[in-house]
Amino acid sequence: MIALLQSLRIRGGIHVNEHKQATAGLPIDDSFPLPKRLYIPLQQHVGKPAEPVVRVGDTVFKGQLLAHSQGLISAPVHAPSSGTVADIAEYPAPHPSALPIRTVFLDTDGTDTVQSGESATDPFTLEPEEISLRVASAGVVGLGGATFPSAVKLNLGRQNKIHTLLINGGECEPYLTCDDRLMQENAAEIVDGIRIMLHGMETGRAMVGIEDNKPEALKAMRTAANFHPNIEICKIPTRYPMGWDRQLIRYLTGREVPAGGRATDVGVLMHNVATAYAIHQAIRYGRPLIDRVVTVAGGAVANPKNVRVPIGTLISEVLVFCGADKTRTGRWVMGGPMMGEALPFADVPVVKATSGVLALTGSEVKQGEEQPCIRCARCISVCPAGLLPVDMANRIRNNRLEAAVDIGLKDCISCGSCSYVCPSNIPLVHYFKFAAGELAARQQAKHKSEQTSKLIDERNKRMERIEKQKAEELAQARAAKEQSEKADTTI
Amino acid sequence: MYVLSAIASLATLGLILGWILAVAAKYLKVETNPIVQELEALMPGSQCGQCGYPGCKPAAEALARGEALVTLCPPGGSALAEQFAVLLGISVDLSGFEEPEILIAKVSEATCTGCTRCFKVCPTDAIVGAPKQIHTVVADACIGCRKCVDVCPTECLQMHRPELTLRNWRWHKPSGQPAGAAA
Ligand code: SF4
Ligand code: SF4
Ligand code: SF4
Repeated sequence: MIALLQSLRIRGGIHVNEHKQATAGLPIDDSFPLPKRLYIPLQQHVGKPAEPVVRVGDTVFKGQLLAHSQGLISAPVHAPSSGTVADIAEYPAPHPSALPIRTVFLDTDGTDTVQSGESATDPFTLEPEEISLRVASAGVVGLGGATFPSAVKLNLGRQNKIHTLLINGGECEPYLTCDDRLMQENAAEIVDGIRIMLHGMETGRAMVGIEDNKPEALKAMRTAANFHPNIEICKIPTRYPMGWDRQLIRYLTGREVPAGGRATDVGVLMHNVATAYAIHQAIRYGRPLIDRVVTVAGGAVANPKNVRVPIGTLISEVLVFCGADKTRTGRWVMGGPMMGEALPFADVPVVKATSGVLALTGSEVKQGEEQPCIRCARCISVCPAGLLPVDMANRIRNNRLEAAVDIGLKDCISCGSCSYVCPSNIPLVHYFKFAAGELAARQQAKHKSEQTSKLIDERNKRMERIEKQKAEELAQARAAKEQSEKADTTI
Repeated sequence: MYVLSAIASLATLGLILGWILAVAAKYLKVETNPIVQELEALMPGSQCGQCGYPGCKPAAEALARGEALVTLCPPGGSALAEQFAVLLGISVDLSGFEEPEILIAKVSEATCTGCTRCFKVCPTDAIVGAPKQIHTVVADACIGCRKCVDVCPTECLQMHRPELTLRNWRWHKPSGQPAGAAA
């Protein structure tokens, strides 16, 4: 009965072909050889890019600060290994456009020298604010893919007095198993990270949601949380996109986040399991976020597995390490196949957000020819946000973006469920991504036109002032001339 | 004496005419159609004349009278056309609309002589420079009106596509056939 009630709490969603078997049973590979050169982008997070504090030619230790955060929402980046700063220049970003981004080029010296002895502190003697500060200076960001600076989120939780911390162990994207493996191998550390977060947010309770296709992870986490009654490990159904925060909040707490609202409005906040692990590392040992576990998988990969790699490693090197066949690769993807980003080439760095690296074969990405919509309404029934994908796409196709916004375009999370089920192969989510970008461009254009009218106004005023000044000067000159003429005549 | 009477008569004349003007302004006021104002507020306001009207206001008036199409403003693109249509309460088919390509001016430094002519015509003060120095265009302020290109004696000002960065990169529109109609 309870199960039935809870299943009513899931809206939409799809069952996808998981492709997780290949990697879920293999331990995390720690033997990845240190690359000769690392490419560390200065923006790997939501917010302002970090500002470099090192100069070209500087030698740096492993974990040394390379660039500090700028502004309220930002995160620093640290050296993933010891070596020399070879350059600070533009380098292609791991993004579908592969446009350049400011990047620190680090030539590693192979010794992996750490700056100072790792400091161990008891986190529960620290003030909650101090936890946030340390998390911020370790450069921890949301590792579930959103890359929002974690310290900002901890502060939000404290300020909004949330009652429950939700931990996302869903990992609902196909292929990806890095969180699954982390939970199996480092459950105790994750639980410790959760306790530290609870302390930092001054929150009493945590719930960890783990999909029922990860029985090993569930077992490990239950064991680790055994002596912490305030940390509840919950089994959740396997369904995409279960890891979407609103879906998970609805399922675990039964409460709906209002449209346009935030999770804190219903008294909760969500972090990812890998973030909990990174926070444990940062607070217990003072280790900044400089490496991460990446799932390497896809049909073109001979030895798919989870690998721990330093941030800044080229994706192509990780693929070679796992025996990927370049000639059979039809598409490179960073992240999962549903919400990840297709990459035009693989010579781009692993960043904090890189949960997976997929080399998919041609047959895995094959998309059928687009057909006219048959009005089957499947897209509508799977949309977790309760939208009407087919109608939105039609409006967008006719350039009626505002009309698409009227029926909820802004609530679309680009989960891709609609595109996945569409029997006519209509690239629905592509329309929504296009429209979101176009709306952002319009917003920028509007801002610019406001600035323009201000500039034009100012210029007109200045011109008037100059005209007036000129006229006055002319009048004065004339008056002076008349005066002198008068003087002449009187003489 | 002569002088005084001249001053006095001119001053009275001025006062009387001024008073007539003031009264006329009050009673003969031309009501501007509020919709014109609203339309004009949406427009870019650069008075570029690409619509064929002498400026944004005349264009707004023509729109309000129903003499012009909502797609009249090239720099505004389909976004503006859609806003116009909503405001005027008409429906419009924008499916075949070609988005305008916004270009911005750029100085090629090799040939700039620092003549300051462009600097003087730019309506948004987007050009910075001093006499006999190389000028540059602040891309964020340039509205692509081409006025500077027209006055530049050495043709060193040219229109370019704005540089593509991660900040302004966008997904292109899917090139799909209509999904609305079942074949
Ligand atoms: S991509 Fe958007 S419209 Fe499509 S199912 Fe997901 S939330 Fe709904
Ligand atoms: S799933 Fe595809 S074919 Fe079915 S209604 Fe939606 S857009 Fe049309
Ligand atoms: S095109 Fe030239 S004159 Fe026009 S706004 Fe740009 S810089 Fe100024």
